[in-house]
Amino acid sequence: MSLILRGGRIVDSTTVDESGRPADVRVAEGVITHVVEPGADLPDADRVLDATSCVVSPGFVDLHVHLREPGREESETIETGSRAAARGGFTAVVAMPNTEPPHDSRIVVDFVRAQGRRAGLCDVVPSGCITVGRAGEQLAPYAELQAAGVQLFTDDGTGVQDPQLMRRALEYARDLGVTLAQHCEVESLTRGAVMHEGSCCSRLGLPGWPALAEELMVHRDIELCRLTGAGMHFLHLSTARSVELVRAAKADGLPVTAEATPHHFSLTDEQLSGFDPVFKVNPPLRTPADIAALKAGLADGTIDAIATDHAPHAERFKEQPLDQAPPGMLGLETALGVAIAELVDTGLMPLRDVIAALSWKPAAIARLHGRHGRPVAVGEPANLAVFDPSASWEVDPSTLASRSRNTPYVGRSLRGRVRHTVFDGVPVVIDGEATR
Amino acid sequence: MKHVRSISEIGGEGVVRVLRTARHMEAVNSRPVPKVPALVGRTVVSLFFEDSTRTRISFETAARRLSADTVNFSVSTSSLNKGESLRDTIETVSAMGASVFVVRHSTSGVPWQISDWTDAAIVNAGDGWHQHPTQALLDCYTVLSRRGLEPSTNCLAGLRVAIVGDSRHSRVARSCVEAFTILGAEVVLVGPSTLLPPDTEGWNVSVSNSLDDVLSDVDVVYMLRMQRERMKEALVPDLAEYSRRYGLDEARWSRTRADAILMHPGPMNRGVEMMFDPSSTERSAIVEQVTHGISVRMAVLFELLASGEEVPS
Repeated sequence: MSLILRGGRIVDSTTVDESGRPADVRVAEGVITHVVEPGADLPDADRVLDATSCVVSPGFVDLHVHLREPGREESETIETGSRAAARGGFTAVVAMPNTEPPHDSRIVVDFVRAQGRRAGLCDVVPSGCITVGRAGEQLAPYAELQAAGVQLFTDDGTGVQDPQLMRRALEYARDLGVTLAQHCEVESLTRGAVMHEGSCCSRLGLPGWPALAEELMVHRDIELCRLTGAGMHFLHLSTARSVELVRAAKADGLPVTAEATPHHFSLTDEQLSGFDPVFKVNPPLRTPADIAALKAGLADGTIDAIATDHAPHAERFKEQPLDQAPPGMLGLETALGVAIAELVDTGLMPLRDVIAALSWKPAAIARLHGRHGRPVAVGEPANLAVFDPSASWEVDPSTLASRSRNTPYVGRSLRGRVRHTVFDGVPVVIDGEATR
Repeated sequence: MKHVRSISEIGGEGVVRVLRTARHMEAVNSRPVPKVPALVGRTVVSLFFEDSTRTRISFETAARRLSADTVNFSVSTSSLNKGESLRDTIETVSAMGASVFVVRHSTSGVPWQISDWTDAAIVNAGDGWHQHPTQALLDCYTVLSRRGLEPSTNCLAGLRVAIVGDSRHSRVARSCVEAFTILGAEVVLVGPSTLLPPDTEGWNVSVSNSLDDVLSDVDVVYMLRMQRERMKEALVPDLAEYSRRYGLDEARWSRTRADAILMHPGPMNRGVEMMFDPSSTERSAIVEQVTHGISVRMAVLFELLASGEEVPS
């Protein structure tokens, strides 16, 4: 399989000039074979794709997706989730472990990886559990899972509550050189919580999830990193104070990283005023001040990565009363459009830095940097996103590739749309449509 | 009005309209045969996902006095868990021809969710901690009646209302705050901080932790029901301590203004928030609240289904 991308401009980790470098790119057998001046002669290829007015960048890497397989195939499968990822420009996604059964044994992570290969739309990289069954009691077999290729461990969906257990987990993980990622939530502060604790939840009569519940655990884990010397990744930061804590930890030289989701930096708790459970998510949507702090954290590099926390739920689950409806929202197909609208169009970040947060920075955190987030250069693996950063579009849930429809962006105007995605040298998305 | 799900949804104009219509309904209710053919052929469905005999009976009585057919669909949340979804329930009952759903649910927001699945009007008979608009309307009506006031914009200006107890977990408090303030009254929420809403920004109320501080300075003392389960959540130490600080006894009642009114949405917890027999004071409006509830709920049903028509005799 060979392929030529004509008329685009390259933005990658070597980009200095914001406008990028106009170039045509040829790919064959999974590898970039040519990067030439626009219009220059190239050897023939099986397929030529138009990239006019598009950016050609390394494919995006999502540190945080829920693909629901095994166990919740009614809401998503590895195949449908991979298709959503490919349409969003992602060439690698880290699958969260809260499946049924969870990722706490080699057989499950091997299955997830194999299903990802079968779909062939992006690299599906399983994470592992921090504790057996995500129950917070006993360490999962990290070395066994590491041998199966797992680099990132998390109990996402819940945080590890017991500080002693978390200390041991960090010490043991440090020995092996794997990374732990925390869902920060002190559960005794969030029992029954449906949304952010503040004036909006007070008005709506819904139980509140205080910012403190996240910040206490961020603070605890930063101190555990200081104590153990282990590194740590913070999942879906949502509060201003959390950003401050991570900023201070980084200033102290601690090896911590963090991510923020597009929904946390674009939507507030007021979205729940109409009581639509689509807007129920964990951690919850917060306030304009938190949004401003997350954006500032992304802009100054305190927050390393944009991750979606793509969390599909079939309609019937989201039609339940708010206390029973499961938390989570779709993210893969809208991440780029939200990021450009909220971060680039507002003048807060140059496009290159947004791509960094979507591609090579998360690739490094997940230790996928040998294959993803690479420069667009001869000899590099051909995992590429081709997108028009100025295209405006509106989300129509019926056109999404995900099996579920719980996008919070219905009717919202987004900016920047993926035209083609190249995975392993194969155009898995052409003109916005998946080819597999 | 399309629905009556919250006070803010119907606004000041809607509140005044309902209260005015309730005057006509009170006249109907004082007749020897308190029944009019206003809603013949209409079906009022009570959908109670949480038990409440009083509110359900009040609505059913109101509907029958307007000659509507009434259907009572009692669902315990557990039977829903066994299979049928909320949406299926609504669509099924809706298909039988409901004009109005009167809905009570333990979770905030359910009346909004279900209005997407039916063309029927929705009356919120209590959702979670959120709203109970007909309770607030009947409370306003009761205060107006006691004071001999006519319903109008700002008709409660100058009136001070203390809502005492667990306003954090109270749909009655949220609706009453909106209704009393929309008519111009001043509201103070009284209780320990653990039982006050986490954040009252935008509520147009003041808060106090001391009942004794506000008691002599208000026109309405509105006592909320104190639920025993709050002890388990460590929101207050025990009922005895709660009663000592926030219970209304004769000594406290004797320090209120000579024309202050005592109110309670029921059911009362005697010996907890109510430390004396309210029937011993003529200033208690608690029984009137229940009676006025019929007239006000008739007015709500009438405004939803027959607004603008004459109240038939």
